[in-house]
Amino acid sequence: MVTFTLNGTELEVKEGTTLLEVARDQGIEIPTLCYHEEMSTYGACRLCLVEVVRRDWPSIQPACLYPAREGIEVNTDTERVRKSRKILLELYLARSPESQVIIDLAKEYGIRDTRFKLKESERSECILCGLCVRACAEISKRHAISFAHRGSKRMIQTPFEELADTCVGCQACAFVCPTGVIKIDEAD
Amino acid sequence: MEQETITRVASIKEPSEVAAIREQCKAALERRKICFRVCAGTACIAGGSLEVYEELKKQIQQRGINVDVELLFEGGETEAGASTSGCHGFCQMGPLVRVEPQGTFYNKVKVENVPDIIAATLEEQGVVEDLLFENKDGSRATIEKEVPFYAGQKRIVLGGCGTINPEDIRNYFAVDGYKALAKCLTEMTPEDVVEEVKKSGLRGRGGGGFPTGRKWESALKAVGRPKYIICNADEGDPGAFMDRSLIEGNPQLVIEGMIISAYGVGAKYGVVYVRAEYPLAVTRLFKAIDQAREYGLLGENIMGTGFDFDIEVFQGAGAFVCGESSALRASIEGLPGEPTAKYDHATDKGLWEKPTVLNNVESFANIPIIINHGADCYASMGTEKSKGTKVFSLVGNIVNTGLIEVEMGTTLRKIIFEIGGGIPDDKPFKAVQTGGPSGGCLPADKLDMPVDFDQLTEAGSMMGSGGMIVMDEGACVVNVAKYFIEFCNDESCGKCISCRDGSAALLNILERICEGEGREEDLETMEDLCHAIDDASMCGLGTSLPNPVLSTLHYFRDEYLAHIKDKNCPAKVCKPLFTYEVITDNCKMCGLCFRNCPSDAVIWKKKEVAEIIQDKCVKCGICKEVCKFDAVE
Ligand SMILES: Cc1cc2nc3c(=O)[nH]c(=O)nc-3n(C[C@H](O)[C@H](O)[C@H](O)COP(=O)(O)O)c2cc1C
Ligand code: SF4
Ligand code: SF4
Ligand code: SF4
Ligand code: SF4
Ligand code: FES
Ligand code: FES
Repeated sequence: MVTFTLNGTELEVKEGTTLLEVARDQGIEIPTLCYHEEMSTYGACRLCLVEVVRRDWPSIQPACLYPAREGIEVNTDTERVRKSRKILLELYLARSPESQVIIDLAKEYGIRDTRFKLKESERSECILCGLCVRACAEISKRHAISFAHRGSKRMIQTPFEELADTCVGCQACAFVCPTGVIKIDEAD
Repeated sequence: MEQETITRVASIKEPSEVAAIREQCKAALERRKICFRVCAGTACIAGGSLEVYEELKKQIQQRGINVDVELLFEGGETEAGASTSGCHGFCQMGPLVRVEPQGTFYNKVKVENVPDIIAATLEEQGVVEDLLFENKDGSRATIEKEVPFYAGQKRIVLGGCGTINPEDIRNYFAVDGYKALAKCLTEMTPEDVVEEVKKSGLRGRGGGGFPTGRKWESALKAVGRPKYIICNADEGDPGAFMDRSLIEGNPQLVIEGMIISAYGVGAKYGVVYVRAEYPLAVTRLFKAIDQAREYGLLGENIMGTGFDFDIEVFQGAGAFVCGESSALRASIEGLPGEPTAKYDHATDKGLWEKPTVLNNVESFANIPIIINHGADCYASMGTEKSKGTKVFSLVGNIVNTGLIEVEMGTTLRKIIFEIGGGIPDDKPFKAVQTGGPSGGCLPADKLDMPVDFDQLTEAGSMMGSGGMIVMDEGACVVNVAKYFIEFCNDESCGKCISCRDGSAALLNILERICEGEGREEDLETMEDLCHAIDDASMCGLGTSLPNPVLSTLHYFRDEYLAHIKDKNCPAKVCKPLFTYEVITDNCKMCGLCFRNCPSDAVIWKKKEVAEIIQDKCVKCGICKEVCKFDAVE
């Protein structure tokens, strides 16, 4: 067991529990886009940022990955967290300007517009959260979806462009996709 | 004893034998009265040094002199011979040849020069004046130490690079090779070794500057088994070749450092993670590992002490991000070379979830030096919190480019203006980018700053692995920032939105500014974005990629504002933001610009002042360059 404080409340939790799990348990809201409790964590969306003070050293950490540790002080809603999260939401708006999920989430943080611009080729409704990759691998055990390329060229290789023979059409990927960009044609 | 040969390799049975082998190797190599040492580093080889080497050997032989090295180790002696070495660091002057023991230092040697060199050395006891390094004032330097590029250096880690044959372990034995390991195995417990490294103050040379001894201490205490040692030779920074040169020039030094580390922390297995694009380094590394094994310095029961350790070479795919510790581990484990979050120390759960020490090539190369000379001696070099020396690769607008090693705390001014010889054509210095693509850009008023880990960080840059790019007034800092952000965007693994799309968004703003479409609020927007990228990204690539932007915004804000407000690029780099015009008063009507303009943009008639038609001008700058009267601005 480890003892730490979360938004001022001292808590005792099992070692290895992530800050996100504890926060959700406590009814504290932390936005996420790449987290699913049935699957492994990945840490790509960076929205779940919280501020952690460890040995007097404050830093920003992703709650979905960061484990509760003895003596740390965690705040889920500091100025620094809000600032970075808003910038991320602006980046999401620049990436997926048409995604209703993103538009709504941004609105919750008072963001209606973005100062950032990405090239056409860098925009997509896919936010590269990797949930589909993990769903296919961990739930359907098929490994039909994967990431390809680096940097801004990174993309999801789905079996739907070129039907992978490993895909069984279970639709797990479409089900977990937060932006709903994966659509499986029923007829296939 | 004297005549005993060591050509037939016998495994070293106990550490005390190292001293005897050292004496034999030394004596053998000294029985060659004169040695022409030819640089066989990557750059000199490309310049034809191996042909020079073959020609030297051939012509010495033609004089009836036996150049077979084995002869020396069989007890024979010879008047002269030729041998190779790794990079001397002064690649632009290559191919290099040094005559030993005199130390005569020849540069830009061609095959045609070989007869002169041999004649001067063997017959006249003289030198070939024309091949000596020429100083700015026309005088010549005879030996390396007289060349300004070398005079200001402290070549300790690089000491063997350029002086020994990296492909023959016996050369390494002769210069105290494996003496440190023998000392560790006989006189020191693993705890002593770790304590000595701690006391030396050595900090990791791969970028982070983490205290090496403390890392080893955690690994020593870790309970998991087996333990691993990994040497990081991924070196992906553009223009950096410190680690490559060390492995090419003195691979045994790095290997000895790894073995000592393994002894210190109790590791059984070692991996060198080296970029596959470094073929020469890879070849020499394999050769060196084989030779070390033959001598019983790797494998089971090292030097008969019961200590087992062996090294494998892993050739990385060459992605920059694979040099990051967690990505490197993933890559060795056969997973995608992507960083992952790490909240356990690698020294507890690293490679295959086992205790792992990951250090940089140069960090390992420092270890035998620390053990041989003692931690106190080592710690007497450098600054309060950065001990020893640092290898830098000096490139850009600088007279002497190359690989240098200086004591920590040496000023940028000394590095750039003494060792580096200043800026070509005495142009004004503008900035130096330290720390590689995600380092920072420092202006002229930081020139007197002593270079160490903390000073660089405080100034908004970093040590990184030791890249140093010097820029003269012709560099536009906005364009420079753009270049580095583009590199980071390409090399980002693409996982974190902050790093991937954040760098793309930064790039977009920078491009806009360079095209003259910048807005004043862009500067604040970029700063906000930079802080978020730093806070939100998972690994060091993301957290440090804002440095080039933040440091140029801090030190060169006016230049950004000139681009944005005045629509002017003062360095004349961003094409939409400047024009070339003829200064009527200066023009001597010679027509040179007219004749050289590739775009027919100059109107000129005899006895008339030239004029540039802006619509046709492609801003190549040729007219400015050719005009002898400074009449084009
Ligand atoms: C993007 C990135 C690239 C890196 N590349 C290298 C590299 O090429 N070589 C290296 O030694 N360290 C590199 N590092 C640093 C390593 O993660 C690690 O800190 C280092 O190898 C530890 O060794 P040291 O303590 O001896 O410096 C890199 C770090 C990052 C974030
Ligand atoms: S397709 Fe959907 S689930 Fe898959 S990475 Fe993109 S946004 Fe995430
Ligand atoms: S910071 Fe960049 S390189 Fe590092 S894990 Fe995130 S996306 Fe990949
Ligand atoms: S080169 Fe210079 S001096 Fe000659 S015509 Fe052109 S501007 Fe005039
Ligand atoms: S900058 Fe180039 S294109 Fe323009 S006038 Fe001069 S030489 Fe001609
Ligand atoms: S939920 Fe934590 S990074 Fe996406
Ligand atoms: S390769 Fe010869 S000096 Fe660098």
